[in-house]
Amino acid sequence: MPDRLTVRVNGETIEVEAGTTAAVASLIARVPSRTSVMGQPRTPFCGMGVCFECRMIIDGIPHSKSCQILVRPGMDIRTDE
Amino acid sequence: MNNSQTIRADVAIVGAGPAGIAAATVAAESGKSVVLLDDNPQPGGQIWRGGAAAAKGSAAQWLARLARTSVHLIGDARVFNADGMTLFAEVRGNAVRVAAQKIILATGSRERFLPFPGWTLPNVMGAGAFQALMKTGLPVSGKRVVIAGTGPLLLAVASYAVERGANVVAIAEQTSWLRFLGFGISTSLVPGKAREAIRLLWQLRHIPQYKSCWPVAACGRNTLESVRLSHGGTSANVPCDYLACGYHLVPCVELAQLLGCRILDGFVATNDLQQSSMPNVYSAGEPTGIGGVELSLLEGEIAGHSAADQFAAAKDLFRRRSLARRNVRAIARAFALREELKSIWQDETILCRCEDVSFGKVRTMDSWRAAKLHTRCGMGPCQGRICGGATEFLFGWNVGLPRPPLFPVSCSSLRQTLTESDLSNSQGVSQ
Repeated sequence: MPDRLTVRVNGETIEVEAGTTAAVASLIARVPSRTSVMGQPRTPFCGMGVCFECRMIIDGIPHSKSCQILVRPGMDIRTDE
Repeated sequence: MNNSQTIRADVAIVGAGPAGIAAATVAAESGKSVVLLDDNPQPGGQIWRGGAAAAKGSAAQWLARLARTSVHLIGDARVFNADGMTLFAEVRGNAVRVAAQKIILATGSRERFLPFPGWTLPNVMGAGAFQALMKTGLPVSGKRVVIAGTGPLLLAVASYAVERGANVVAIAEQTSWLRFLGFGISTSLVPGKAREAIRLLWQLRHIPQYKSCWPVAACGRNTLESVRLSHGGTSANVPCDYLACGYHLVPCVELAQLLGCRILDGFVATNDLQQSSMPNVYSAGEPTGIGGVELSLLEGEIAGHSAADQFAAAKDLFRRRSLARRNVRAIARAFALREELKSIWQDETILCRCEDVSFGKVRTMDSWRAAKLHTRCGMGPCQGRICGGATEFLFGWNVGLPRPPLFPVSCSSLRQTLTESDLSNSQGVSQ
């Protein structure tokens, strides 16, 4: 594994360290992980796969718990759909 | 149709934190076939997060010892249902069945959260959550951080943040100095703990630390900008980039409940052998009491020996376990939640983050069940794991028994768990 790798967050390419989770990639990209029922922006909250605030579309798979998924080179992370 | 994989094992262990790793290791060393399931990609649990590459000290020793065994470790595995001695897990979208002679539950704990105005703002998160995110790459150098809530975790998180260059602007602990010092003294009597306590005190000596202090509001327009802390009858606004706030830990006992294990005061009831009320189901670590890593390791070893019928080896550890268990009572006493925390919410404050249900809607209900039925509180994907623990403390509600699936899973995974009897009597399934 390379030390640093690139992923796409809502189409923007960012560089992160290997071992980073997709949840952290969204925080680095400064995008909310989801929009709540009433339209509020949310970011990862429990950090351990319990709260589901960090669920995103990762490589096309919806409802992925991003705090438990490590980035892979070229990973496509979407939080805006 | 039924293409799920079935794995058979003498012992199936759920949770690859310290307790699960110890249990798996000793059971496998006794010649048992062992499957170890965890919902994270790597073993270690929350405290040894990051697996072997990140491990030091006893974590490294245990992970290396585990690696020398024949334990079949399955990561990314969420156990969502059980039928007798068969567990159903979803592993990267596929259902996996694990059929075992003995099951050991080492499912750990999660943070307790108490809602306050603004707790849903971006960059407000749990204290343990902040540590987990730092360990998985969150850069915090130069960031202003307020660490709040209660429990021994707060100082550990502060220490970790300082080492990574964060500017920790306040540590707000709800318990009093008196109780905190009492805990410090009782902990210092445990070998090895005194050195750790002195290291923390020295490292954090320049950081403002308040006792009898807690956040009453997180403020900001679209993201966190400041925290209002209540202290000594007044409140002060502290500008910050992150608020890491958690009110100690609650055990994860949902799978134990589903398997029919007796729960006592919120924890899995176990005997000397770590055996639950279900004879072939054992539990070790935080589900049986919040007592830290040393206790979890000892309970895990005892459970592993017991499940492998090595009773003499299990008994050899009883004395050390009873010493380590003193910590459970010391922690519970020192970090008991104060009454004032029951009134930090307002009617507009969101209680259920999944469904955006406010306190104003929920407070008129008389039970957890009524709140679920009438307001959708606790009906979102976390299934009440975040708001449920809050209502236990705030309203004295009993969150009750969980129903499968324990986590949201795909329809195809759910389908794999249906037995012939479910299909012939589909009433309960079709709802």
